[in-house]
Amino acid sequence: MQWETVIGLEVHVQLATQSKIFSGSSTAFGAAPNTQANAVDMAMPGTLPVANEQAFHSAILFGLAIQADITRTSVFERKNYFYPDLPKGYQTTQLEKPIVGAGTIELIDGDNNIRNVRIHHAHLEEDAGKSLHEDFHGMTGIDLNRAGTPLIEIVTEPDMRSAAEAVACFKKIHAIVTYLGISDGDMSQGSLRCDANVSIRPVGSDTLGTRTETKNLNSFKFIEKAINVEVARQIDLLEDGKSITQETRLYDSEKNETRSMRSKEEANDYRYFPCPDLLPVVIAEETITALQNSMPELPDQKMLRFQNDYGLSAYDAGLLVEDRTVAEFFEAVAQQCQDPKLAANWVMGDLLAYLNKADLSIGQSPVDARALGHLITRIIDQTISGKIAKQVFEVMCGDGGTADEIIETQGLKQLSDSSAIEALIDQVIANSAPQVAQYRAAEPDKRKKLVGYFVGQVMKMSQGQANPGEVNRILAQKLNA
Amino acid sequence: MTISKEQIIQTAKLARVKLNDNEMDDITQRLSSILELVDQMQAVDTSAVEPMANSLDAVQILRTDQVDEPADKIARRNELLEGAPACEDGLFLVPRVID
Amino acid sequence: MTKPNTELHNLTIAELHSGLQQKQFSSHELTEHFLQRIAQLDTELNCFISVDAERALMLADEADQRLANGDTADLLGIPIAQKDIFCTRGMRTSCGSKMLDNFIPPYDATVIARMQQAGAVMLGKTNMDEFAMGSSNETSYYGPVKNPWNTNTVPGGSSGGSAAAVAARLAPAATGTDTGGSIRQPAALCGITGLKPTYGRVSRYGMIAFASSLDQGGPMTRSAADAAVLLNTMVGHDPLDSTSAHAECSDFTKQLPKSIKGLRIGLPKEYFDQRLNTAMADKVHEALQQLTALGAELVDIELPNSALSVPAYYVIAPAEASSNLSRFDGVRYGYRCENPTDLEDMYTRTRSEGFGDEVKRRILVGAYALSAGYYDAYYRKAQQIRRLIKEDFVKAFEKVDVIAGPTSPSPAFALGAKQSDPVEMYLEDIYTIAVNLAGLPGMSIPAGFIDEMPVGLQLVGNYFDESTILNTAHQYQQVTDWHQRSPID
Repeated sequence: MQWETVIGLEVHVQLATQSKIFSGSSTAFGAAPNTQANAVDMAMPGTLPVANEQAFHSAILFGLAIQADITRTSVFERKNYFYPDLPKGYQTTQLEKPIVGAGTIELIDGDNNIRNVRIHHAHLEEDAGKSLHEDFHGMTGIDLNRAGTPLIEIVTEPDMRSAAEAVACFKKIHAIVTYLGISDGDMSQGSLRCDANVSIRPVGSDTLGTRTETKNLNSFKFIEKAINVEVARQIDLLEDGKSITQETRLYDSEKNETRSMRSKEEANDYRYFPCPDLLPVVIAEETITALQNSMPELPDQKMLRFQNDYGLSAYDAGLLVEDRTVAEFFEAVAQQCQDPKLAANWVMGDLLAYLNKADLSIGQSPVDARALGHLITRIIDQTISGKIAKQVFEVMCGDGGTADEIIETQGLKQLSDSSAIEALIDQVIANSAPQVAQYRAAEPDKRKKLVGYFVGQVMKMSQGQANPGEVNRILAQKLNA
Repeated sequence: MTISKEQIIQTAKLARVKLNDNEMDDITQRLSSILELVDQMQAVDTSAVEPMANSLDAVQILRTDQVDEPADKIARRNELLEGAPACEDGLFLVPRVID
Repeated sequence: MTKPNTELHNLTIAELHSGLQQKQFSSHELTEHFLQRIAQLDTELNCFISVDAERALMLADEADQRLANGDTADLLGIPIAQKDIFCTRGMRTSCGSKMLDNFIPPYDATVIARMQQAGAVMLGKTNMDEFAMGSSNETSYYGPVKNPWNTNTVPGGSSGGSAAAVAARLAPAATGTDTGGSIRQPAALCGITGLKPTYGRVSRYGMIAFASSLDQGGPMTRSAADAAVLLNTMVGHDPLDSTSAHAECSDFTKQLPKSIKGLRIGLPKEYFDQRLNTAMADKVHEALQQLTALGAELVDIELPNSALSVPAYYVIAPAEASSNLSRFDGVRYGYRCENPTDLEDMYTRTRSEGFGDEVKRRILVGAYALSAGYYDAYYRKAQQIRRLIKEDFVKAFEKVDVIAGPTSPSPAFALGAKQSDPVEMYLEDIYTIAVNLAGLPGMSIPAGFIDEMPVGLQLVGNYFDESTILNTAHQYQQVTDWHQRSPID
């Protein structure tokens, strides 16, 4: 049987506020255990939450970015359950009146095809603390530093049909929240996490199959792998005539498999009700207008602008805008060198390849945008060839220094003086009588191939520094004479 | 509405409260009489009434996003953890959590 | 020393203030006097859960220093008993529960901090029903409080320790909290003055939550004038409690002397129906006659949904409580059971052993009312009824300035009398609960005796209009002496 995959995502985004959603504790990552948890975060008796305005502004910005309805009066509710890293015995979240209502995320592929993923809603809530399972005499340690970090949970409709599409959606959410500056987007610190609801059904069916929820996927790679193995598992089960249990599963990246989370098996009844410690939050029209006016350019708009203003292909523009810092780097390079296509090739090619290999983010690049732009300028003004430029780039990355310094000290400047090139060419022609004869005897349309030999010889003699355009021009003159 | 023993057991489980067998009859009877009292509400038609969570129908004033922390966060932590039933290295300890 | 020590405990707050200012006695002497009375009398009455004499005397010495420096703050140097629901930095705050028997908060409740800034001397922490759940003080882990008027009877609850302490002159004044009547009902049963302010007047920060949308702290004193002084210190918006109101807080003593001529007092017909026993009705009517003699007018009003206040309350309060009390899980503070076998065992045994029966009962009712399938029939319905109850009051206050009636259905009952039937106990709050659901200010003042036991008159004011009920109470207390009667010579 042919199966169709149906995927919905729940994406948790940690907001980059200074303080927690309901207390003045810092949200900074990596502090000593329980030093960023005050009496409120520890749910000491009698303590009360006070909601953070910036968390609302961040959520509203996200809502505006996905053309969602902003709930004018939104309400916090309590989701009651016991867990050691949940100090109050309930999570303060939103259910009936989330701050962000229905919206849409557009996935645009390399051919400018648009596919919509509907967003059911996005709500504000607090993160839980962390359970540390290292052995404390057979006990678990609880660190509440993360407890109360503001999150928005973005819930999609089951609109995705493949793991790749789910990854594209997650990447788009990542791009939106980082463009908005509402999250640092650092997945290694758990700033973005995602649960994937996965089901399968026979192709052509319009009823949904039983779904499983795979929890806590925190990298693009794991989302794709986890969904793929979960789909395969479900297909195996159904094709063996077995059925799928609705359950929560955990992805084990080492074994590349998902497994059932038994602790969450027990049917839960969260007993939601409006939190009496937090009054309804009313959002003024002026607040929404002000946030709308402060909205930065979003990835889709940037992608369109890169195509229109810089003449980039949809594919290149799409890749560049995926990461805001990369897009901004590219623009700075393009402005410096005034050749956007060349700038795009360099950023997506040599630069990202180098950074990937060195495991650096673009913010940590040893070559900044100005320096890279300057290097490209030296290709454009024919000081060096593209090939030499790669050599210079490697030196810039490894030893540092500007393009000009490296070109100067290593004597890499391109040979453009036509009399010098002519002398080299004369020498080559003199040493290559059989090839010259062959060339001259050939039909004009075959000659193009044969000229490569002479170019190669000239370049070799000039140690790559001869201007290839000039070499071709003079060679053609001489050989065709 | 009456409450069955099974419902009480289920609710007690949710609330992490254990009831002895000899408490069961007593609590079933007491809870049933409370629910009987509460059921007087059902006589009133409230279909057009908006539920009221706060008597003043007040709205929330939000807090400016500002960090408010003491200079010595380790000392503060140690003070907060002083009454903890079990802790080590600044962590609360609980019986092992199995995911 | 101009006054013999035996009389210090009979002075009003205003008299204590002037005595301290004029150096007739020091705060140290005053505090020592009350500590002695507690030592003498509290073994039987059991009003206090914790008394830290050393700490109290230290605070008194600090107050004496401020007095010497010319500080004239109203509460400076005056001993106050604090209900053990208010967190006190460095001093055990048990909330009447085994769960918090070892809990020493590293922070002060806002009410405590404000009193301390004002120079009040904390005498100790008063006994209460466990987590404020009860109307007789019998659910306390620390044993019941005895009513000083008759030690075989209950003092009311949940602020029974505070009420009995003030009545027995173990403290000039105390604080209480009121979720469904927990200030007013014990005030009535012990013959003192107790005021529950408008919801949001007094910060709830550091006040251990029972039902967050109903809980409100307030003063428990011997007179309305004393209550006004305490209230001045307790009120005001608190950035730590986002439900605390931004309303203006003028000096509550200002309007006390005003005549109540022309004051319209509403009498809800539902509070005077056949369920009110005749002796009680007589006392209330006598008090109302006094008020009309002072120039007030009586107006008949209706609160048609008031009968539903008890059912609505016994859904909303337990529902909120079931969630508020989830934090008592044995992880971070308070009680943890011995040798838990695993996590679930720790949760379940900690909570089963740490909470008393009434608390467990309410947690179960609350969890049940919120559970899937019952939410609409119980919780949502109760919130709708709550709005109807509020609307009744709003309509009534278009016609009247104050609403009056009994505080409790009867005077203090015998210890143990209502313990077997929770519903009978719940009906003890039949006249007080609606005021919490509506969020209005209400107070109880002594209005005479039935069989030598005090009874209370309840006065309910409009939103943020504590001044009018204080004024009414004060004028009444100018022409009556019920509030000056003492159970102990």
